Amino acid sequence: MVSFRKKYVSRFFGLIPILILFFLVCSDTNFNFEELSFLSFNLIYIVIFYWVLKNPDILGYGFIFLAGVVNDVIIGLPIGVSPITYLILAGFAAYVRYLTVEPSLIYDWVIFVPSIAVTNSVYFYILRIFFDIDVNYIALAVNTSVTILLYPIIGILFNLLSKIIIVRKNV
Amino acid sequence: MVTSRDDFSIAIRSAFLKKGLKQKFSLLALIVASIILLSIEAINSKSLNFIRSSVKDVIYRTSFIASIPNNSISSVFTKIQNYFEVYEEYEIVKSKLQQLENQKNKINYLKIENDKLKKIIDDTDAYSYESVTTKVLVDKKSPFLKSVILNKGFNSGLKKGMPVLDGSYFVGRITEVNHLSSRTLLINDLNSKIPVLIEPMGYQAIMSGNGDKVALLEFLPKNHQLEVGNLVYTSGTGGIFFPGIPIGKVESIEKKFYIKFFSDLSQLYLVNVITSEPTGNKQ
Repeated sequence: MVSFRKKYVSRFFGLIPILILFFLVCSDTNFNFEELSFLSFNLIYIVIFYWVLKNPDILGYGFIFLAGVVNDVIIGLPIGVSPITYLILAGFAAYVRYLTVEPSLIYDWVIFVPSIAVTNSVYFYILRIFFDIDVNYIALAVNTSVTILLYPIIGILFNLLSKIIIVRKNV
Repeated sequence: MVTSRDDFSIAIRSAFLKKGLKQKFSLLALIVASIILLSIEAINSKSLNFIRSSVKDVIYRTSFIASIPNNSISSVFTKIQNYFEVYEEYEIVKSKLQQLENQKNKINYLKIENDKLKKIIDDTDAYSYESVTTKVLVDKKSPFLKSVILNKGFNSGLKKGMPVLDGSYFVGRITEVNHLSSRTLLINDLNSKIPVLIEPMGYQAIMSGNGDKVALLEFLPKNHQLEVGNLVYTSGTGGIFFPGIPIGKVESIEKKFYIKFFSDLSQLYLVNVITSEPTGNKQ
């Protein structure tokens, strides 16, 4: 009975990154502050990049794709834009994971900069060129910069969560 | 050098083609699926639209449920804030009520006079319209795209292009309709361009959203004498909207003219969708 409970508790902890991702995508909760727009950032990108880099078995590509579809429907974008951008970001993270021998938060952070820059450029060009949708590129640039700046802080929090998941798995 | 290039290509191949232990799809397969989805988006067929509408309805409802905790917390904060501001507001409202009472008497007189004059020129009432009251299901507050999801769709008679009002103020138009939900593009969205009329001068212009709390006034007549505080209404040009729906006041920022909206677009909760067509369209 105890081991049965432990098994489900550890499984629940393993689901937290997926739950965070879908909660961010589905709910009103976001980090786009109307009054303090210079502090807006994209937590979804951080979640995807961090967890694919750390452990892609926790946050599967299928879930990332699905989260992108849901995000497009809710924001009102052509369906497929967010899945592509999320998967490109995941691709960067996966590529770095295969190359890195000794992972460190600072190194991940450095790689996160070109990854998010490419990802947001793809996002901007798909909307602008293929669908003729105007995007406030200044807001996008500010959002990208703040996301980059916040990566290490949120990365530390995710490191703690990651440790809890590992500990729970090993109990 | 050859080794590092090999490492690079192996890492790329592994990242995009390899499936992890618990992964069901490779990254490349999902990217291809996304591109297929994007291509399907351009196809407009009845059966596809039906599937799209149903999927969107389900996702919007799920999103509404997922937003409940966040909405409850913010509504508690708003209630507390309102509680502290209630006395101050009471004093303001009291003085405003006095002013409105005086204005009401004047308006009643003008209305009677207006009705009489209308009878003389045999004019139809351009401002009588039917509307449906709907609730805002989800407001994602994206910094790039400004739109909200409403809880009524085809079933309630909503159609693409219908104007949306917050009280009596114009806030946007319907851009997507599903069975049980619809999307309103707000007037501050970058993609929103609305023909407007500026009173008392009667200037015609285009209100262009810029993703902010104000919208830019474009295509103003040359040598105009616009003043801060002039009122802006929908012009009804092209028969898209009813003319005379109030939008906001003229504001000047760095030698450019903007419209400050009467309605707070970040606080929309219940909105009215005008379901009847403007008189001009019926003719």
